[in-house]
Amino acid sequence: MMATEANVNINAEIGEKDGVKAKLRRLCRQNPLAVISAFVIVAVIILAACAPFLTPYREAQQDLLARLQKPSSAHIFGTDELGRDVFTRILYGARVSLVIGIIPPAISLVIGIVLGLAAGFFGGKVDYVIMRLADIMLSFPSLLLTMVLMYTMGRYANSIVCIFAALALAGWASVARVVRSQTLSLKEADYVEAARSIGVGKWKIMFRHILPNCIPSLIVLYTLNVPSCILSESTLSFLGIGVQPPAASWGLMVNQSKQFLFSMPWLALAPSVAIMIIVLAFNFLGDGLRDVLDPYLQTR
Amino acid sequence: MSEPSAATEQKSGEALLRCENLTKTFLTNKKQTLHAVTDVTLGIAAGETLALVGESGCGKSTLGRTLLRLLPATSGSVYFHDVEITGMPEKAFKAVRPHMQMVFQDPYASLDPRMTVRDIIAEPLKTYHMCGSKEETTERVLELMEKTGVAGDFLYRYPHQFSGGQRQRIGIARAIALNPEILVCDEPVSALDVSVRSQILNLLKRLKEEMNHASLFISHDLSVVYFIADRVAVMFLGHLCEIAPKEELYARPLHPYTGFLLNAIPKTDPHRRDEERRLLQGEIPSPVNPPSGCCFRTRCPYATDRCREEIPEMRDFGGGHMAACHCL
Amino acid sequence: MSKENVLEIRDLHSSFFTDSGVVRAVNGVDLVIPQGKIIGLVGESGCGKSMTAKSVMGLLRYPGRIESGSIRFMDKELVGLPDKELRKLCGNEMSMIFQEPMTSLNPVLRVGRQVEEAILVHGKAEKRAEAKKLVLDMFEHVGIPEGEKRYSCYPHELSGGLRQRVMIAMAMVCRPRLLIADEPTTALDVTIEAQILQLMQKECRESGMSILLITHNLGVVAEICDFVYVMYAGRIVESGSVCEIFDHPAHPYTRGLLHSMPVIGGDQEYLYAIPGAVPNLLRLGAGCAFCGRCEKAQDRCREEMPELKAVGEDHFSRCFLHETEG
Repeated sequence: MMATEANVNINAEIGEKDGVKAKLRRLCRQNPLAVISAFVIVAVIILAACAPFLTPYREAQQDLLARLQKPSSAHIFGTDELGRDVFTRILYGARVSLVIGIIPPAISLVIGIVLGLAAGFFGGKVDYVIMRLADIMLSFPSLLLTMVLMYTMGRYANSIVCIFAALALAGWASVARVVRSQTLSLKEADYVEAARSIGVGKWKIMFRHILPNCIPSLIVLYTLNVPSCILSESTLSFLGIGVQPPAASWGLMVNQSKQFLFSMPWLALAPSVAIMIIVLAFNFLGDGLRDVLDPYLQTR
Repeated sequence: MSEPSAATEQKSGEALLRCENLTKTFLTNKKQTLHAVTDVTLGIAAGETLALVGESGCGKSTLGRTLLRLLPATSGSVYFHDVEITGMPEKAFKAVRPHMQMVFQDPYASLDPRMTVRDIIAEPLKTYHMCGSKEETTERVLELMEKTGVAGDFLYRYPHQFSGGQRQRIGIARAIALNPEILVCDEPVSALDVSVRSQILNLLKRLKEEMNHASLFISHDLSVVYFIADRVAVMFLGHLCEIAPKEELYARPLHPYTGFLLNAIPKTDPHRRDEERRLLQGEIPSPVNPPSGCCFRTRCPYATDRCREEIPEMRDFGGGHMAACHCL
Repeated sequence: MSKENVLEIRDLHSSFFTDSGVVRAVNGVDLVIPQGKIIGLVGESGCGKSMTAKSVMGLLRYPGRIESGSIRFMDKELVGLPDKELRKLCGNEMSMIFQEPMTSLNPVLRVGRQVEEAILVHGKAEKRAEAKKLVLDMFEHVGIPEGEKRYSCYPHELSGGLRQRVMIAMAMVCRPRLLIADEPTTALDVTIEAQILQLMQKECRESGMSILLITHNLGVVAEICDFVYVMYAGRIVESGSVCEIFDHPAHPYTRGLLHSMPVIGGDQEYLYAIPGAVPNLLRLGAGCAFCGRCEKAQDRCREEMPELKAVGEDHFSRCFLHETEG
């Protein structure tokens, strides 16, 4: 009698738990783009790590006789105004850009989740204090905030740690806002009340029932934050408080090539395309992750 | 909280769960006071099904939730086995909670969409460490699924893969997992289709006979209530109007509101539709600004000056039949 | 087309074209609405009853559309009628009220103005003042007290019953020939429901308007309908006058539905329950859609779709049983 009642998903493997393997298999089948993106990201990380073995040049090696050369067999992406090999600098720059693109958004995500959940769930004074703090963060120009931080902290820590702290601090407020508003509505959901009626504790409710249901918007937020952090770093570098030349980063390279944009477009093109590839890869991967984690899409 | 089961034996026949002068108010966005439940006193005996009927906004769901301490009471007290649970510290209350469980109205909203059926039904078991191992938990979940008529094959499915009736079965399985002494069912069938509704009603009745828990059945549908309840309590605008054994209430409604309510049920016999019907006129007053005196007087054809000034008391009319009206 | 019929639906097919396949929500429906009658269309959620109404009103949106069939309203064929022509009819000659009176009124417009809009759009009044007078008359007609005051209320300031009355006023203000009411009382309380049903019945008797009442509540049907169509999985499975359907239900599904209702005063240990649930419209077989839940299903029911056959005067049922039973 019951067999007719569950009217969806007749052909799924009945009675078996959907393990990690099955999830991965489904991801490959439904969302090949996400899988390709994951490979791209891994490949870029490997390339960046193995940079010294992949190129005969060093990061800051100048060759003033070979300035502003077009792409050739010796320099596949050409050279910049100091005669440095652009390909080499892209490889080395990936180290900085990837780290800055991935880690600060992750830190701000964690801070944002914790504070947003607390604000939404407990309400009252906790909510008031956290949200006013977030408002201040959001109303403060983030660039200015980062600069202030860099100048004051620069004395005590090295610059990359400062950038991390500054970017993470600038990013948590928007995450916290989203998590808070979702928590507020999910807190009223029937299934949360059902959990309360069973006697499930506050923390379990927050992390088992509310947080997992925020995942889709968190993934979107994270993937949006990655490029914005990569680009913020370039602005900071441009202002002279980020990565210090002669070290390379993609943002810095885009910035430095501005003056040659029309005469020597490849100088700007190479780092820009690199940024674009990484950003797209993160976006596709995010979409794929969201679909894999969404129970509604698991049965198609 | 000492042994609850021992208390039952001592005081058998007395109310398992009762509230005295229970009042619950909310603050609206405009800082007005909304009187959801006002001065309600009632009791549910062990093994009994008490139905709570009334129109939307009459406070029946709020009363159910306040009794279970899902909402804090504004004033008044709730007793479970003669132990007051209002104001009990959270830690001590944790021992009482598993004895009082709830089935929700909307089977689409009351199950976490990101949890599998197994995890949903296992949650109460895990919360109270009822089962030692994972296997034991799964075993117990399967047992509960069989009891409520969900095929065990669907253990690792997600809620959205089920029809409304099946989901409500899952919700019921979760609620009975801890063998509660009292089950509050908040409109458990009003979101379901006609043909599935009777399946769920039968299931609830059968489970009650098997497990012998008391239950508070909240509903607006008087014909459903007739099928499932032993006693019926009628609410209007946060006040209790009338409470009586089922047959008595349907045959001899005392409070004018109960009479109108019974009269308004659409008859399922087309031959009888031309019978004269007295319909209740007017709208339900706002609970933010309830009328003075008897809350029903603005719609009541028998209202007198006394009804305007004085809130009627619950009076006993014999045989467990109580009503609150000046005109009786 | 006979003169007395306001609406005639013949062999209507409407489907949703989704990613997972074609959902045949309305699968060959025939339905006739005579003038001045209240016709009930009964069925469970997903049986295609709302989809039928939306097809008539031209409200189907992507991915749903009418595949084939004919809908004749008065002398006009509605299938294939240009949008502009259809809009002239909707709200004017035929109108619809919906289940949820809260969401079908615009929350930022005063209710009086919303009713007025219907009048002005269809040119029933030249000036605002004229239209306002019509609105106030209509408010009084549908039993909205203190019309002048309610005229300038916002929807959220009214109770559910009053909002549904406003919806009815809006639907009635152009004096339509046909009113389609999609679960008009489902969101309302019993005492308010009884009031609204009484109002609809009054309108029908006084103005000769026809009503297509879509509902899942058999009590409501017994209360005010003249003729009933029972729908299951996109098809009409039984139709007949209300007394015929309630006294001599022919189709096993209708019998099951009537049987499974709890009766006040009845002495039921357990209710009769139709086993199983409504089938998935994506996975319908060739046979009768009800065969999976039918106690009397035979092999033939699984392979072949029964025709709608006369089982009495003006009483049709779609079941093989009637052949064997005679």
